[in-house]
Amino acid sequence: MSEMILDINDLKVVYKTDLETVKAVNSINLKIGKGKTLGLVGETGAGKTTTALSIMRLLPERTGKILEGSIEFDGKNLLDLLEEDMRKIRGDKIAMVFQDPMSSLNPVMTVGEQIGESILLHNEGLSKEEVDKLVEQKLSMVGILPSRKIEYPHQFSGGMKQRVVIAMALACEPELLIADEPTTALDVTIQAQVLMMIKELRDSHGTSMLMITHDLGIVAKVCDDVAVMYAGEIVESGTVEDIFLGANHHPYTEGLFGSIPNLVSKERRLTPILGLMPDPTNLPEGCVFAPRCKKRMEICTKVHPESTVLGTHELRCHLFNKDIEKEMEVKDGN
Amino acid sequence: MVNMTSVETEKDTFKKQSQFKEIWRRFKKNKGAVIGLIILAAILLVLIFAGAVVSYDMVAEQNLSGKLASPSGEHLFGTDAYGRDVFARVIYGGRTSLGIAVLATISSCIVGSALGAIAGYFGGKVDSIISRSLDIFMSIPDILFTMAVVFALGANFKNLLIALTLAYFTNYVKLVRSQVLNLADLEYVEAAKAGGASSARIIMSHIIPNAMGVIIVNTTLNVSKIILYESTLSFLGLGMPPPAPEWGLMLAEAREFMRTAPHLLIFPAGAIVLTACSINLMGDGLRDALDPHLKS
Repeated sequence: MSEMILDINDLKVVYKTDLETVKAVNSINLKIGKGKTLGLVGETGAGKTTTALSIMRLLPERTGKILEGSIEFDGKNLLDLLEEDMRKIRGDKIAMVFQDPMSSLNPVMTVGEQIGESILLHNEGLSKEEVDKLVEQKLSMVGILPSRKIEYPHQFSGGMKQRVVIAMALACEPELLIADEPTTALDVTIQAQVLMMIKELRDSHGTSMLMITHDLGIVAKVCDDVAVMYAGEIVESGTVEDIFLGANHHPYTEGLFGSIPNLVSKERRLTPILGLMPDPTNLPEGCVFAPRCKKRMEICTKVHPESTVLGTHELRCHLFNKDIEKEMEVKDGN
Repeated sequence: MVNMTSVETEKDTFKKQSQFKEIWRRFKKNKGAVIGLIILAAILLVLIFAGAVVSYDMVAEQNLSGKLASPSGEHLFGTDAYGRDVFARVIYGGRTSLGIAVLATISSCIVGSALGAIAGYFGGKVDSIISRSLDIFMSIPDILFTMAVVFALGANFKNLLIALTLAYFTNYVKLVRSQVLNLADLEYVEAAKAGGASSARIIMSHIIPNAMGVIIVNTTLNVSKIILYESTLSFLGLGMPPPAPEWGLMLAEAREFMRTAPHLLIFPAGAIVLTACSINLMGDGLRDALDPHLKS
C-alpha cells in the first residue's frame, strides 16, 4: 500500500452530559493515502462531522471526549499533541471547509483579511505586502477577482462565499483538506462548479482530502475510496469501484442506493430505508443496522458483526461471514 | 507552506475605497447623527480651547455686589450667588464633567468587555466565578456602592473615576457575555479555530468586532448616564470638592435660588441635556455606519 497521510485506528468518541452519554463514533478505522480522496458517506447523525472534528481536535470542550484510539497524521498521533502544537497544524497542515458558507465567514472582516489571517498565523515573517499578494493569488485561484478582497462577505453570493471559504482553507496549502458537506448549502449548478473547482485544486496541489457528504453522486465523481458510516460505525468501505460496481454490499449501502431517484428506470419506486437510526445513547446489542435491515438473521440482533475483508473491500455484516453463513437461519424477507 | 509564485495576480480594476471613507459615507446619510456630531464637536472645541473663550480667573472671581445677576452683555449666562460668572463656570465645569464621564465610560467599557468576553468564551468554571462575583457586586445598590468608595478613598478626580468605573463596568460584562455566548457557536468562529487561531485572537478579531455595534450604543448611552450620575454624587456632596466648577455641583447650588434666579439652573442643565442628546444621536448613527450589513 502507498503511504498514508491519515490513519485513524479504533477511534471512539462520546458526547457526555450529566444525563446521558451519546456514543457518536464507535471504534472506526479510516485510512487516507497521500494525494487520495476518501468519501465519508452516511445519513445525518451518523457521526461524520464528529469524526472530522476529532481529527481537528475541535470537539466541543465540555462534552465531546475521545475515549480510545489514535489519529495518526503523517506518522504523528494527533491525540498526543499539546493544544499549542495542534494549533500550528490546524489551518497549515490540515484545513477544513465548513458546510454553510453563509455563516462560516465573519461578517465584519473583509474576505481578504480572513484569507490573510491563517497565512499570517502560520507564516510570521511575511510582510503585509507579501501577505496581500498571496491573498490575491488565492482569490484568483478560486476564480474571484483579486480586487474584491476589500469587500465584505455579504457582498458575495452563496457560491462565491463558498469559493472564499475554500480559498481560506487552501491558503496555506494544507496536506489534508477536510470538506464537511461543502456543497450541501448550494444550488445544483453552483454545486457542480464548486465541486469541479475542488477537484482541480486538489489535483494541482496534490492535496489529500476527506470528503464528507450524503450525496453518492459527489462520491462517484470526486473520491478514490469510500467509507459508509452508520450509527457511529463504518459498515462498509472500499474503493469507489468496490462500492459502486462491486457485487457484495452491506444492506445499508444497498438501502442508500435504493433511496436515490433514477432517471433511467422510470417505473421503479424509491425504496427508502424504513425506520430511523438507533438512539445513540442506547445502541442495539448486535449489529447496529439490524432493526432496519431487510436481510436480518437471528444472529444479527445478538452478536456484533466483525468486519470481513475481501481484498480492498471491507464489510461489517454477518451475511459475509462464511462461518456463520452455515449456521444461519434465514428469516422472512421483510 | 506557501508557494509565492504559483499564480500571477490580476490587475486591480476596482477603485479602492478606504474603510474610513466608507463609514463616513454611511454616517452622513443619517441627518440626526450629523447634527449630533456637529453639536458635540462644537462643545468639545469650546471645552478644549476654553482658555481662548474665557479666562479661568473668571471661574473663581467673586463679586458679591453683582450676585445673582440675570444674563447680560457682561455676563452672558448671568452670575451666581457669589457673583461668579456662570458662563465661565459652565465651560470649565464641562471640562470636569465630560472628562470624568468619558474616562469612566472608557475604563468601565474596557474592564467590563474584557471580563464579559472571557466569561462568555471560556464558559464553565471561569464563567461561574466571574458571573457570581458580578452578582455580589450588583446586589449592592449602585449609589450606595459608589458613595462608599468615594467616602473611603476621598473625593477627587481619580477616586471619582474609580468609583464610576466600578459602578458601570457590570453592564458591559453582562452585555458582552451574552453577545459572546451567541457568537462563539457560530461557524465562522469554528472556521477561525480550524484555521489555527488562538483563543485571544478569536476574541479580539472575531468576537469583539461583531459585538461592537452593541458595545458602542451602550457606551454612548453610558456617557450621558454617567454625567447625570456624577451630578447626583456632587449633589450629595461626594463629587468634586465645591470651589471647582462642575455641572452637577452647579445644579445643586442653584436649587436654592430656583425661583429668583432660574438661569443658574437652566444653563448647566441645558449643557447636560445638549451634550447627552448629541452624544446619543451620534451613537445611533455610528452604530449604523459601523455595521457592514446595512451597507448599501
